[in-house]
Amino acid sequence: MEKRVTFKGLWLPLLLVFPQLVVTAVFFFYPAGQAVWQSLFIPDPFGLSMKFVGLGNFEYLFSNSYYRASFVTTAVFSILVTVVSMGVALYLAVLADRLIKGSGVYRTLLIWPYAVAPAVAGVLWLFMFNTRVGVVSWYLGQLGYDWNHVLNGDEAMGLIVVASAWGRISYNFLFFLAGLQAIPRSVIEAAAIDGARFWTRFRTIVWPLLSPTTFFLLVVNIVYAFFETFGVIHTITSGGPQQATTILVYKVFSDGFVSQDLGSSAAQSVILLAIVGVLTIVQFKFIERRVHY
Amino acid sequence: MSESSGMVEKRGLGHWMTHLGLIIGLLFIFFPIWLAFVASTVTQPEIVKPPMPLLPGDQFFSNYRKALVSGVNAPVAMMMMNSMIMAMGIAVGKIIISLLSAFAIVYFKFPGRRLFFWLIFLTLMLPVEVRIVPTYQVAANFGLLNSYSGLIFPLIASATATFLFRQFFMTVPDELAEAARVDGAGPMRFFWDILLPMSRTNIAALFVILFIYGWNQYLWPLLITTDPSMNTIVMGIKQMFPSGDDTADWPVIMATSILAMIPPVIVVISMQKLFIRGLVDSEK
Amino acid sequence: MATVNLKNIKKSFGKTQVIHGIDVDIKDGEFIVIVGPSGCGKSTLLRMVAGLETITSGDVEIDGVRVNDREPMERDIAMVFQNYALYPHMSVFDNMAYGLKIAGKPKAEIAQRVNEAAKLLQLEPYLARRPRELSGGQRQRVAMGRAIVRKPAVFLFDEPLSNLDAKLRVQMRLEIKQLQRRLGVTSLYVTHDQVEAMTLADRMIVMNAGRADQIGAPLEVYANPQTEFVAGFIGSPPMNFLAADLSENPPVKAATLGIRPENLRVVTSPARLTGKVVYTEALGAETLVHIELPKGPPATVRQDATAPMPAEGDPVHLDWAVEDQVFFDDQGQRC
Repeated sequence: MEKRVTFKGLWLPLLLVFPQLVVTAVFFFYPAGQAVWQSLFIPDPFGLSMKFVGLGNFEYLFSNSYYRASFVTTAVFSILVTVVSMGVALYLAVLADRLIKGSGVYRTLLIWPYAVAPAVAGVLWLFMFNTRVGVVSWYLGQLGYDWNHVLNGDEAMGLIVVASAWGRISYNFLFFLAGLQAIPRSVIEAAAIDGARFWTRFRTIVWPLLSPTTFFLLVVNIVYAFFETFGVIHTITSGGPQQATTILVYKVFSDGFVSQDLGSSAAQSVILLAIVGVLTIVQFKFIERRVHY
Repeated sequence: MSESSGMVEKRGLGHWMTHLGLIIGLLFIFFPIWLAFVASTVTQPEIVKPPMPLLPGDQFFSNYRKALVSGVNAPVAMMMMNSMIMAMGIAVGKIIISLLSAFAIVYFKFPGRRLFFWLIFLTLMLPVEVRIVPTYQVAANFGLLNSYSGLIFPLIASATATFLFRQFFMTVPDELAEAARVDGAGPMRFFWDILLPMSRTNIAALFVILFIYGWNQYLWPLLITTDPSMNTIVMGIKQMFPSGDDTADWPVIMATSILAMIPPVIVVISMQKLFIRGLVDSEK
Repeated sequence: MATVNLKNIKKSFGKTQVIHGIDVDIKDGEFIVIVGPSGCGKSTLLRMVAGLETITSGDVEIDGVRVNDREPMERDIAMVFQNYALYPHMSVFDNMAYGLKIAGKPKAEIAQRVNEAAKLLQLEPYLARRPRELSGGQRQRVAMGRAIVRKPAVFLFDEPLSNLDAKLRVQMRLEIKQLQRRLGVTSLYVTHDQVEAMTLADRMIVMNAGRADQIGAPLEVYANPQTEFVAGFIGSPPMNFLAADLSENPPVKAATLGIRPENLRVVTSPARLTGKVVYTEALGAETLVHIELPKGPPATVRQDATAPMPAEGDPVHLDWAVEDQVFFDDQGQRC
């Protein structure tokens, strides 16, 4: 699509795009290029020179059991976050949509967590489950369950999943509610007249009509779990215990900044880059389809 | 349930069950926030001897005063100021450069336009987390550590806003630009007098999204600020936890958590309509 | 006030030529209507005069000065757009004043000129309103007002009435004509509606596929169409086209014979042509009789309401006067 009108000039438009061009080149393209470049080298033990190793960093990564484990951790984590946050959000959206009046009040309250930073969400949940002072962990102790996410990897995973999903509920809720409200009332009324009960209506009409929203949220939530949950993990578990909660993005950080292994960290960045690329293509394919829907 | 009537409208028991379901959801959402608030109003001994109380205590003013004025490593008031500068800088900076470049892309034909368009399109894909190490090196080489420029500029380098404005400009009728030309307006005059006022709602909606995005940043400030006086509040909370076995100053930490969520919550709630619109727009 | 001369104007978009050389000299104060079906290039031609579209070749002169390379604002023109193109965030006053403000006119003069135009267009009560608070007709007037306050040498209208409902269109048509007479500003007016063209134009340019098929006064064009296209486009219902050999003495190259519906007569005794009535439309003052012919498309007869009306399905005889015949060759040109 093109505009029919265009203004004349050469220097003015170049001047207009200049700020964005500079910022993008310096802080985006150059670093991204650096990541690719550095992934082909390893520094010597004294950090004085770089040695070209070709795809050596990648080979090393894929033969490294910690890195492979991190892939599995990431997959488990993002699937759980997506399912939990979308499930809860859908449940709340369906209920709010059933209300003829007052859904606005619930909406106002339910969008709060969106404003809470993932890192702050991490602190809130950490506080509840803290092994020494946590209220929830204390009551669990009273019930005879010894909660200790500092030592138990599954509990650590459970905690970061809940904290991450919690912060995402608002977002999913808003999109689900909008999707539900976009379904014409007449369609649902027609089904009701045909004698379909609530669950039948939901399964046979609402859910299929909602599927574009659901697919969209699926992709967006996976991207969120991959990249935006760093704050939650860093505040609650710092990747532990024994790397049980080290997802890929966290590993880029810990290898690059904590262990100063630049070559490996850069190679991991490149792999993440590829993953984002695939997710983006999926998303665009899907959006394309949605246009025809 | 009254569902047996087969009606779509809810009355009686079903109606109340709906409310009950939503209220359970709200409790789940608000319990962590409530607990944080309670913890921020009681004394340290009340917390470290579990179970802590579930109703607010009387230490509200002293805890918040302590957090704001002295904090743990740096006064929280100072960290909030840093966060505010960072969030405003990101929101305003990104809106300005995006408006300008979107205007150029849509209303001019200049050499390299297509290339530029695809370059910024690429940036849509990559969150800062992915290219974090090299970006950090660039910032360090420019001497941007512990500076507001270092906090702001690297996070402006993405084109989501440019895309939004481009989409919006495409919907502005061609005739308006033509009418402006006939009226004698040059490109910048048209931009300033007509395009900008027409984009007000889009700008506001985007501002809400970007402000929250900036305020809630964690990893980047964590890397770029080593000086506690440059910490932002969201990343500063984690710094408040003592290393080793010392007991954390929970009331102050939780007061800080509450303070960290207040500005974005105010923005989201008070500009709810714009916020939802911005959210939907920026995901299209 | 100014003359406008178009000299062999051509326009190409890439390799596609859309306007194939148009010549016309417009007198000072003349009202010219450019009429044609959609896609014939009429809007493109107007936009080239406005300076919104570059001119591929040829010259546009306003008041004898070549303006090809001038910006729209430097051409001393004003334009009324099809969708009015009012600035949505400005009041009616500001919409009309915008051009004057840019031109740096003093505030007092701006206010005076806007108020004058508002009075002329009966827009005074609405000056503080935004465009979205106005009706279609009022918006149209604001668009006119914006053109008037500039006191331009030339008015350009790009289908200004096509977004209005039928009744309002007739009313605004009259207003535009009166306004133009009163101000005496040279005007170019683009429309696809031949009734608008007939009623407004001093002269009209009938365009067909990027060419000016005919330029002339409305009645002259009506009575004396130069091409088959013009004959079919101007006049409603359109001219009937019959085989040329139905006439006793067709010119050598004639392929088609054209007769206006009002010149075709239903007669009782056998005549030149016989057909069958398909249906009749009584419009009050006149009646349209649609007749199926042995070959070719059906013909239409427009007759007085007092004339006897044949029943549907009846066979009828058709006749016409020799002086009402027009002939076209197989290229559609008059001969």
